[in-house]
Amino acid sequence: MAVLVIADLNAGALSDNTHKTVSAAKAIGGDIDVLVVGKDAKSAAEAAAKIDGVRKVLLAQSDDLGHGLAEAIEAVVVPLMSGYDAVLTPATSQGKNFSPRIAAKLDVSHISDVVEVVDASTFVRPIYAGNALETVQSSEAKKVITVRPTAFKAAGEGGSASVEDIDAGAGAGATKFVGEEIVKSERPELTGAKIVVSGGRAMGSAEEFQKVIEPLADKLGAAVGASRAAVDAGYAPNDYQVGQTGKVVAPELYIAIGISGAIQHLAGMKDSKVIVAINKDGDAPIFQVADYGLVADYKTAVPELMSALG
Amino acid sequence: MKVLVPVKRVIDYNVKPRVKSDETGVDLANVKMSMNPFCEIAVEEAVRLKEKGVVTEVVAVSIGPAQAQETLRTALAMGADRAILVQTDADLEPLAVAKVLKAVIDEETPNLVVMGKQAIDGDNNATGQMLSALLGWPQAAFASKLEISGDKATTTREVDGGLQTIEAPLPVIVTADLRLNEPRYASLPNIMKAKKKPLDTKDIASFGIDTAPRLKVIKVAEPPKRGGGIKVETAADLVAKLKNEAGVL
Repeated sequence: MAVLVIADLNAGALSDNTHKTVSAAKAIGGDIDVLVVGKDAKSAAEAAAKIDGVRKVLLAQSDDLGHGLAEAIEAVVVPLMSGYDAVLTPATSQGKNFSPRIAAKLDVSHISDVVEVVDASTFVRPIYAGNALETVQSSEAKKVITVRPTAFKAAGEGGSASVEDIDAGAGAGATKFVGEEIVKSERPELTGAKIVVSGGRAMGSAEEFQKVIEPLADKLGAAVGASRAAVDAGYAPNDYQVGQTGKVVAPELYIAIGISGAIQHLAGMKDSKVIVAINKDGDAPIFQVADYGLVADYKTAVPELMSALG
Repeated sequence: MKVLVPVKRVIDYNVKPRVKSDETGVDLANVKMSMNPFCEIAVEEAVRLKEKGVVTEVVAVSIGPAQAQETLRTALAMGADRAILVQTDADLEPLAVAKVLKAVIDEETPNLVVMGKQAIDGDNNATGQMLSALLGWPQAAFASKLEISGDKATTTREVDGGLQTIEAPLPVIVTADLRLNEPRYASLPNIMKAKKKPLDTKDIASFGIDTAPRLKVIKVAEPPKRGGGIKVETAADLVAKLKNEAGVL
């Protein structure tokens, strides 16, 4: 049994999602290799080599791989699969973009968004926006899987695997990278943050969102999130969205401010360890999942919270 | 130019799914069904391309039971020109859906496919990517903006941490993300007109594709429920509880 984990990079650096996916790979069992695809990704590969339990790290580099183009990544991974029984990728936007292509090329199922490895061929995954958990068994020769990183503990450090350069493949073919706009932030990354402060439609404007949510987040060293309603209304950027159709988070502490708690939002945060809800509507569904609820207008509650935090 | 839009009939977005007591699946008996919201966005985008004069024909395709005709009529009422139902009562996995769609595309030879990024029942987010890989057509997944100029598609995509723009020569597979557009409601006259638009039904067996499930569903269970929490009176109480009781501050 041999498992290939495809590393997740954030601004060129190895992301914690990789360590979490290695944990999922350990639950499957067998030798674990990590594939790092990117551009100028040598240091990310060296970081991956230090993850506990990794046998070796494969490094493929090109411009197209650096831009994360799906066709380019598929072209590197598919030929490698003759040597592996399973390939696991973190279920980030990037992972979701290319992983199903690998399954199609190998003529096997894609097992999306796995939250639990029962055994080497049995997996649990959320369906219907997390309203149900499906346990599926695969008898196929190769398993192609995306792993929901928040569902697994990060594998530790302490490994000393070798790093091997491999062929960067044929590139993305006809697809060309034109440009990107990546939001730069000093705050922790949303899906990996220990604390998340999220604002909802009650904020009423982008100015109010920035004035209320961001200082509280900065005081707590937290990442900023938002409900879909707040994002759709233009109060917060797209990549702040927490929910079924946005990011799935599971921090130690999730603070929902002025968020009613639509099913689709709950699907993105209900696995948080501690949930706090501040909402002036005491009947809002968010209170049904909150460990601590404060029925109050955020306009008075957030300043009080800021001063109580000292 | 022709655009093909695959659409799926799923549980209505506003209905809370209930797991069957024998844990064999989600109870869909007597539940309101609608077009998958991401498919609606895809239909809207295709119809807008037609309204802009970029495409001349919009063909909606669904793979599903006889009732999926209603979903196709919705697509026709939104502005699609004709529809194809590939009829089956089986619940197909994404790989099988991609293979059947490839066969339909081989017959229809569209210049562009616009489809939802995922269906809100299986939440696989896989069919579009698989279809692109099977066809060898460029993939533009999670699109929040699409521009067609000449024989080139320029797509702005939602990626981790922001947006990415890519371009590729047609034919291209585009999968729609939430912010691509806001779908219209079909007007009553358009709903009436849609009843007269052509809708062909094909038996899935006529394609000769093995669509049997590859994965065995062992069970479908309710997720663990969170225990009920408490209400606190003041922000100061809240901070004290978070520090002393929960230990997260």
